[in-house]
Amino acid sequence: MSRTLVSVPKTARAGEVIDIRAMIAHPMETGYRMGPNGQAIPRKIIRHFACDYDGEEVFSAEFHPAMSANPFVAFSTVATKTGTLTFRWTDDDGKVETASAEIAVS
Amino acid sequence: MSVAKHKFRVGRRGLILVGGAGLLVLALPPARALTRPSLQEAVNGFTGGTPVETGKVKLDVPPLVENGNAVGVTVTVESPMTAGDHVRRIALFNEKNPQADVAVFTLGSRAGRARIATRIRLATSQTLIAVAELSDGSYWSSSANVIVTLAACIEDLS
Repeated sequence: MSRTLVSVPKTARAGEVIDIRAMIAHPMETGYRMGPNGQAIPRKIIRHFACDYDGEEVFSAEFHPAMSANPFVAFSTVATKTGTLTFRWTDDDGKVETASAEIAVS
Repeated sequence: MSVAKHKFRVGRRGLILVGGAGLLVLALPPARALTRPSLQEAVNGFTGGTPVETGKVKLDVPPLVENGNAVGVTVTVESPMTAGDHVRRIALFNEKNPQADVAVFTLGSRAGRARIATRIRLATSQTLIAVAELSDGSYWSSSANVIVTLAACIEDLS
């Protein structure tokens, strides 16, 4: 279980463009580094990130090893109705980390 | 006698030319460049060969970076972001990291604003390029040069 951090406004007017920021604690090991024993450290990165707004995917991203450790993404979406934003991070082994945030739309 | 001397000179010049050409051939393909696609090939892989125009995209990245492990990047695309005219995808590519791809972001008309920000790794001073795919199928790009003083990716754990 990695620590995740998401920032979504608590309230918004319908039709308003809201800024969302999402980060996950992850080493994003590139596979190009050598360990102390001289052996390459195996690659382990977050490969896919997606954000769902009430079940509908509004944003997604493919990551490569050139993303920094603790990958951070800031993006925006249009507030349509009161609901839940779900964030999903999928790593190389297919393990999925999730986070969610509620938004009240008036 | 003078003819023979002349011939010899030509031969030596020829040899020098051949040697020079050989050195040039050796210098041309650096071994590391063969293991990863060039920046142009990476962009072509994303666009599928469609020509990329310059403009509409704004790539914000600091010109001088102290730590290549986390470089803040912001990409903004001029677009009304309506159902008929919006940005579908934004891709980031680098010139000299071990891999050309950095990330591909999928937006769509629900995004409201065509702007994304993230943090990336840079192995050395190089050129970055952001390519945006619009809903009409056109591709727009912007590039930026970054000078990196502390490189990412190559440091060892010890």
